[in-house]
Amino acid sequence: MRLLLGSLLAFVVAAVIGLGATFLALSRGTAFGAISIGAWTAWPRAGTSDIDPYARATLARTGVLPVASGDGVAFLARADDNGNPLDGRCDVLLSGITPQARFWTVTLYDAQGQLVGNGVGRQGFTSQEILRRSDGSFDIVVSPRARQGNWLPTGGIERYVLVLRLYDTPVGVATRAAREAPMPAISVRTCP
Amino acid sequence: MMRWLLWLLAGALLGGIVHLVTILLLPRTATQDAYSRFVSMTPVNAMTPVPAPSPQNAVIPFTDPAFALAVCRYDLSSGPMKLAVPVSPSYTSVSFYTRYGVAYYAINDRAAGRRVIELDLMTSAQRAELPEDEEVTAADRLIVESPTATGLIAVRALASEPGQMAAAQNALAAARCQRQ
Repeated sequence: MRLLLGSLLAFVVAAVIGLGATFLALSRGTAFGAISIGAWTAWPRAGTSDIDPYARATLARTGVLPVASGDGVAFLARADDNGNPLDGRCDVLLSGITPQARFWTVTLYDAQGQLVGNGVGRQGFTSQEILRRSDGSFDIVVSPRARQGNWLPTGGIERYVLVLRLYDTPVGVATRAAREAPMPAISVRTCP
Repeated sequence: MMRWLLWLLAGALLGGIVHLVTILLLPRTATQDAYSRFVSMTPVNAMTPVPAPSPQNAVIPFTDPAFALAVCRYDLSSGPMKLAVPVSPSYTSVSFYTRYGVAYYAINDRAAGRRVIELDLMTSAQRAELPEDEEVTAADRLIVESPTATGLIAVRALASEPGQMAAAQNALAAARCQRQ
């Protein structure tokens, strides 16, 4: 009887710990080999055959097709430089320069990776469309209301994700520091 | 008391094993991975244009809306495939994914260095069966080995501004993926 109860306890504990850890790992998006530069994070290894089992499981669950390393690299930002989650009701400023790349795009998604509807049908910018200063740096205002210059509408949603993708770039698995890959700063200007 | 602690410890160890096994097996049981999403909307071994992602509808989450996308869902079990992609004016890339979404190879227009990106796709076994001399004479043929017999080829052409999307889609319309 004691053996039965004991093994029952062990199995229940195993199921709770095992499945719970799997659920947590997948819902939090655990993956190894991340490069964090300012508010931006990239997982260049997820675009190679060396992808770790956690990232593989996340791909299978979400259906995402990762940017392959021969194509480019994707940087995600869910929060600003101070670590506050990006809020679509605030005016957020993206400013600075991007790492060396033939092309880049910046796109706004909701937390699930769907595009966000807005009146002007703009979901992002490409490096060819952006208005720059004479030194090559740029400002993008991410805001629910129309702004001058490079305006990226949020549609007023509460939480959003910015993805900056570099195409045909030396940035990748070997990149370590912000010195090699200067990413634009993300700061909140006004928040209602 | 000691006995119960031992049972708890055994449960925790077993839980660690359960966790690792579920993580490793999950890709094989997923029904919403990228390949499964394309099964109903694309034929096998043919290039199919994928509708541009919109706020209402996107086949694949986190798709870059600045690109025109075409997908070839391949099955190498009856023989190798040939792929030909004419490059578009701004930027074209070809990415290869296994059945489980692992990006194992990609090439862009500059790396290919020609007006048309031409590739042969085969499994390792099929490559081993290639006659020796043929491999030598076909030195300029780029051969890609697929780790799985099925998978996805994603061809992307950049529309550097929204007005160029039609041109990018046209460039992809000429892309071919077929049995040899």
